This record gives sequence, structure tokens and C-alpha cells, in this order.
Amino acid sequence: MKWLSRLTAGLKSSSTKLTSGISALFGKEKIDASSIEDIEDALISADLGMPATLAIIDAIKSHRWDGPVSEDGLRSVLAEQLTAILTPVEGPLNVNRAHQPHVVLLVGVNGSGKTTTAGKLAAKFQRDGQSVMLAAADTFRAAAIEQLAGWGVRTDTPVISGARGGDAAALAFQAIEQAQRQKIDVLIIDTAGRLQNRLELMDELSKIIRVIKKQMPDAPHDTVIVLDGTVGQNALAQVKAFEAHAGLTGMIITKLDGTAKGGVLVALAREFSLPVHLIGVGETAEDLDVFRAQEFVSALVGGTPQDQA
Amino acid sequence: MFDSLKDRLQSVFSGLGKRGALSEGDVDAALREVRLALLEADVALPVVRQFMERIREKAVGAAVLKAVRPDQQVIKLVHDGLTEVLGGDAEPLRIDVTPPAVILMAGLQGSGKTTTAGKLALRLQTRQKKKVMLASLDLVRPAAREQLRALGEQVDAGILPESDNETVVQLAKRALQAASLQAYDVLILDTAGRLSIDDALMGELAEIKALTNPDEVLLVADSLTGQDAVTTAKAFHDAVGVTGIVLTRLDGDARGGAALSMSQVTGCSIKLVGTGEKLDALEEFDPERMAGRILDMGDVVALVEKAAEAIEEEEAMRMAQRMAAGKFDMNDFLSQLRQLQKMGGLGGLLGMLPGIGKMKKQISAAGIDDSMMKRQEAIILSMSKKERVQVGLLNASRRKRIAAGSGTTVQDVNRVVKQYQDMAKMMKKMGSKAGSAGLKALMGGGMPGNMGGMMSGNAPSAADMAKLSQKMGGGSMPSLPGLGSKPPFGGGLPGLGGVGGKKKK
Ligand SMILES: Nc1nc2c(ncn2[C@@H]2O[C@H](COP(=O)(O)OP(=O)(O)OP(=O)(O)O)[C@@H](O)[C@H]2O)c(=O)[nH]1
Ligand SMILES: [Mg+2]
Repeated sequence: MKWLSRLTAGLKSSSTKLTSGISALFGKEKIDASSIEDIEDALISADLGMPATLAIIDAIKSHRWDGPVSEDGLRSVLAEQLTAILTPVEGPLNVNRAHQPHVVLLVGVNGSGKTTTAGKLAAKFQRDGQSVMLAAADTFRAAAIEQLAGWGVRTDTPVISGARGGDAAALAFQAIEQAQRQKIDVLIIDTAGRLQNRLELMDELSKIIRVIKKQMPDAPHDTVIVLDGTVGQNALAQVKAFEAHAGLTGMIITKLDGTAKGGVLVALAREFSLPVHLIGVGETAEDLDVFRAQEFVSALVGGTPQDQA
Repeated sequence: MFDSLKDRLQSVFSGLGKRGALSEGDVDAALREVRLALLEADVALPVVRQFMERIREKAVGAAVLKAVRPDQQVIKLVHDGLTEVLGGDAEPLRIDVTPPAVILMAGLQGSGKTTTAGKLALRLQTRQKKKVMLASLDLVRPAAREQLRALGEQVDAGILPESDNETVVQLAKRALQAASLQAYDVLILDTAGRLSIDDALMGELAEIKALTNPDEVLLVADSLTGQDAVTTAKAFHDAVGVTGIVLTRLDGDARGGAALSMSQVTGCSIKLVGTGEKLDALEEFDPERMAGRILDMGDVVALVEKAAEAIEEEEAMRMAQRMAAGKFDMNDFLSQLRQLQKMGGLGGLLGMLPGIGKMKKQISAAGIDDSMMKRQEAIILSMSKKERVQVGLLNASRRKRIAAGSGTTVQDVNRVVKQYQDMAKMMKKMGSKAGSAGLKALMGGGMPGNMGGMMSGNAPSAADMAKLSQKMGGGSMPSLPGLGSKPPFGGGLPGLGGVGGKKKK
């Protein structure tokens, strides 16, 4: 299973941490304060954040243990807790071909992986047999248009673009028009990175969406925030602000092929009911995988997922 | 989500009364809160641990101070401790060497290396009159080289011409030759983002380093980073020997604990910070400010500076004179509203104010936001010239007309008038106190004092205040009286309508 091995490799350091934290407890007859602290530390180190960590700790504390606590027992209770939180946010990015185009708008802070994800998505949808078009609505950053154009070449996808410094909303509008005319199944719109506390930039994003709706009232059909896997607790503020200004429908988390744990997903899942569609696990077009709670958790806490065989 | 550290410490010590001496138990309880605060700020756990040990020693030792409240004492200790770790010995960039000085940019994907390379070129050219060449060694990301070239052209730096079929190492070699042949003072090498566990790419980075013998190896890292900051910083440091850190996206609202994590594990100081997408948005790092930010005490200095920037000199002078004369009409009120908007609106302002966590909730619950400021602006604009100067003219029928003209309700208009009146009253008070010459004093006694109070009164000294008021540049304060002599937002700032005014000091 390619996905799992990649993810497991990617999340190895976090699972090492969690596992070593947990291993220290192995053989203890009961959970004492210091073992609880070890678990707490392990969860914090995976970027779960304090509220999520404390909630899980509470659950573990109140768990009724039959007999002495084993490493596996503890791990599986932990995994159970995490899986229960994450399973509800599993959710693929489904394209409705009737839309023609089904419009996917990618948003997020600077450098989170939007453009790369746009390229990966183009490749994925094409593999699924859909016709795809990319729109370079990041008219702000130097060479952002060229970057997306590069992905167009790599994935053999047409790219709609205008001049640098042009009106992003107008570009998006135009792209929808084109995609409609050419009966394209999926239109992926890449936007400029923006920090969520920059209100004028967030307003600009709202404007892009308003203008999109002028051409296609039910679009964008998916407004997906792309989160950097290395992000800390600020991810919560990001999702909240983008949700408020752009009405998010889902999330993609990137760069999980590194040492980052992506544990903030647990905190996000507790706070927002947004589906996690996909995860980014590398820099090539294929490095995009479906998010599966159980596998994510297994990679996080170590051990083997039940469905591995 | 959580209360600020200040609030939490206050509740830890609430039973302590005026006893003023800390028992070990008190210290433990307080330190638990500090630990939590640091973790919430994304400081990495091992770093938090180390830091807590330092603080514990100091806290127990310092437990007998009587003049200061214990919560204040702890905050001060923590704040100073953070400042110390963050401060390191902040040396300037080592570029005054036999040219070309080589600066190698390294970091994870998407951390901001390329933009920072462009900013750095601009900075070295304008501030230090250096002749700078930029060279991209990023052959991985599509259009990475185009991006650096575009930035180079924008800042008018030299750019290593691209050529195909070269390896990264060959490119580096050619860059070095070109820079010395063409007598550049500084060569900035931008590299592809890489994961610290990517052995092949980390090896490549080490090879580039060995070949170019850089004077600075700058680790460019995102201030939004979580716990991974330690792992990454350590890996880069072990592989290529980082000499300094550049922290990007500090214009975001992350608490930025990564800064502490990385300074601690690399022992390197943070040399520069990125504060925006524009190419001049690269600033010196201020450890004290960062410490305040990590502790969620707000970026007071940034607020003050931003205020100073947003408010034009002339306007400030005009306001100063009017204030001194005890005059304040709707036009002045309007100009304040607009200044507030210029300072990044409420969102931007709130982000910088200390202890705002709770208030943010209140404020959004009350539906107070920037659109409300726009409405207020519309209301004032719907008043006639005469009405704006003689607010007393605003009778019921005029108010009705204004409401219709601005697409608001009479209540909205009433509220604006009320806010104006509150503010005018305050202005009068301040005006008589300060006079136009004493604005600096006003500044010192007003804003930073109050802020200091919120910063848990870890007693910003007179010297601190002087520093702040210097940064403010005297004349600009009168435009922000709302932040001054009342609790912040206590009906002072237009647009906030007194929300949070009850917040205890
Ligand atoms: N290792 C790894 N790198 C990734 C992944 N996704 C994106 N990247 C890299 O992260 C960097 C930033 O990605 P971009 O796609 O340019 O990010 P962006 O959000 O479009 O950036 P801006 O448009 O500048 O805001 C690039 O170097 C990508 O190659 C991933 O899943 N894994
Ligand atoms: Mg992009």
C-alpha cells in the first residue's frame, strides 16, 4: 500500500515520538500522573494543541482499564480516541460532472502549497477521466503565473492566465466563461496566498467569489483551504478566517512527507466540521492522497492499522 | 480559547492577597500556566522544558520581592527570560568580507526563501550600498528561477543568467565566478526548499556550502510553524551550520513560538524578520517585542509604530492644534475613523493589542467589525458641512435624513453622535492637560502607560515609556486618544462603541 508506507515514512518521527513516549509506560501496572504527562507531551509534540490534548488525556484517564495497562492497550485506546475525532472529517473531493465546470477554488496563506496542489489536482482529476482547466488567479506574486503554467505543461492541462498585477476576480470570471464554453468538467482556480489577518486581502477574496457567482451562481462548488503540514496552532485562526470570508467546504493539508506531524488536524476536526479531502506527500504530481482517518492515526501513534492486510 | 497568561496568573495568585511572597507551591502553579501559554504559542516542547527550568530557578530565588504583585513578577521574569533567549548576541550580517560575501538561503518548502532573497538584496543595496547578485539554485519548483529573476529586476539587483543542463553544484560554481568577476559585493544564493529528512537534498545543500564557503547561512523559517520548528532547525543546523535565522510572515497573527524554538536549538539569533509581501518589508528583529508576542501581551511597539506611520505629519499637527484649542468636530471624528482604518482596521489593531483574546469574542459577538466603521463613515459623510461642525444642529428630522442618506437607521446615527460626544469630552480633557507642546508627555502618560497596565503592569519603567514615546515621534499621539487615558476601547475608539470598556485594568 503505497499511500500508507509513504505516510508512515513521513510521519515516522511523530510516531517515534508518540511511541517512545508511550513505550516508557510499558509494563506499568496503572496509569500514574507521570505516564499521563508523557502522553500529554507526545500529543503536544504532534501539534495537537492544548485543548485537543487535554480532552484526549481526560478520555484516557476516565477509560476503564481491565487489568494492567499494556503498551498496546494504551496505544489502542489513544488510537481509538483520535480515530473517533478524525473519522467524521474524512471526505473525498467529489466532482459533479453536471456542473461543467465543477469549480474548485484553492485558498490559503502564503506558501502553504496551493499552486502545487492545483497541479496535483489537475493530474488526479484527469486520471479520473475528467477534463480539467487551471486558472492562474494569483496575479500578485512574482512568477506565480509561470509556476502554474509549469504545472499545466507537466500535467498537460490548459491554463487560463492574464497579466501579472491584473484583476484576480476578472481572471476567475473569464476562466469560468472559457470552461463553460469548452464544456470542461473541472476548473481549478489557484489564488494568491494571503495571511488571514490582512482584512483587505480577505475582502479581495470575498470579491473573487462574488464575481465568480455572477458568471456561475452555484460556484465555487468547492472552496478548499490548503494548509501547510508544518503549521502550528495558527491553523485554527486560518480556517476560521477563511471560513468567514470565503465559506470553506473542505481542507487539504500538504507537506506531510516531512517531519511535521499535521496533528493540528485533530484540533481542526474538533472545532470545525470541514472534511479533510486530501493530503500532500511530496512535490510530484502523484503526491496527493486521500485522507483516511484510521491510517493517519496509525501513522501518528504507531502500530498497525487494522485494514493494512 | 484560553485566557491570556496574565489573566491566568492573576487567578493563580488571587488567593495570595497582598502577602507578596511566593511559596514554592505558588511558583509551581504559576509555572504550569506559563508552560501552557508557551505551548499554546507553539514553542516546541523540549524548548519549553529547558526554558521552564531557567525560570523556576529565578522565580524561586526572586520570591521575596514585596513591592510587586506576584503575577506581575512572574510575567516579568518570563518576559525577560524570553527576551534573553531570543536576544542571543544579535550580530549584524557578516558581509564586510573580501567580496563577494556569500549568503546561502536555506529552509523548508514554502518558508519564504525566494522573497526574502529579493528583500535582502534590496536592503543591502539601499542601506549598505552593496552591489548584490542574486542566483537561484532552485531547479525543483516550477518557475522558481523566474520568480527570483522577477524580484531581482524589481529591486535592480544583478541576476545570474540562467542556463539549462547545469546541476545545482555547477550553478553555484558559476554564480561564484560571475559574482567575483563582475565585482559584486554580495552574492545571495537562493536554494530549493527541502525537507530535513531528505538526505539527498540535504547532502546537496552541504555540497553547495562546501563549495561556496558562505559567510552567512540563513535558515528561512515561517513564523506560523508549530512543533516541527525544533526538528527542522536542528536538522538544518547539523547539516550545514546555520549562522542566522530569518523569520517570515511575522505580519500574520501567529504567536510565533517557533522563533524561540529555533533560536534555542541552533544557538543562532534571528537576524531579520519578514513583515509583508512588499520587498521593503524586511526588518530587524526585536527580541523584546517577540517575547511580548509569544506571551500574547500584544505587539504594543508595533501598534505604536504603525500608528505613527499611518498618521500623516500634517494631519497630526492640525489635530494637535485643534486639541490644544479644545476643538473637536465631526470632521475630526471622521479623520480618526479613517486613520483607524489605515492602521489595518480593527482586525489589524486588535491583533496587536495585548490581552485582547477575550475581547475579540465580545467584539465579534456584538457584531462590531470593520463594516461597522464603514457605516459610521457613511453616516458622517451624509451630514452637511454645517452639521459636521455644529453637531448640536442634529435634531430628529436631520438624523432621519442622515440615516436615509447613509442607508442606516436613526439608532445608528444616534450611536455615532453619542460616540462623537464621548470622544469630544475626552479630547477636551486631554487638550487642556497637554497643550500642543506637551504632546510627548501626553503620549507617555496616555498610551504606553495604559498598555503597560495591560501588560500586567510589569511596570514599564519610565525609560520604557520614553522609548515608546520616542518611537511615536511626539506629534502623532493626539490622533489616537481613544487608546489613551481610558481603558482601551472604553468608548474611545470610534467604531467600537464601548465594547470592552468594562474590562478591568
Ligand atoms: N515536500 C512537499 N512539498 C510541497 C508539498 N506541497 C507543496 N510543496 C512545496 O511547497 C512550496 C510552496 O508551494 P506552492 O504550491 O508554491 O505554495 P503556494 O501556496 O501556491 O504559495 P504562494 O502562492 O506563494 O502563496 C513549493 O516548493 C512546493 O513544491 C508537499 O506535499 N510536500
Ligand atoms: Mg501559489
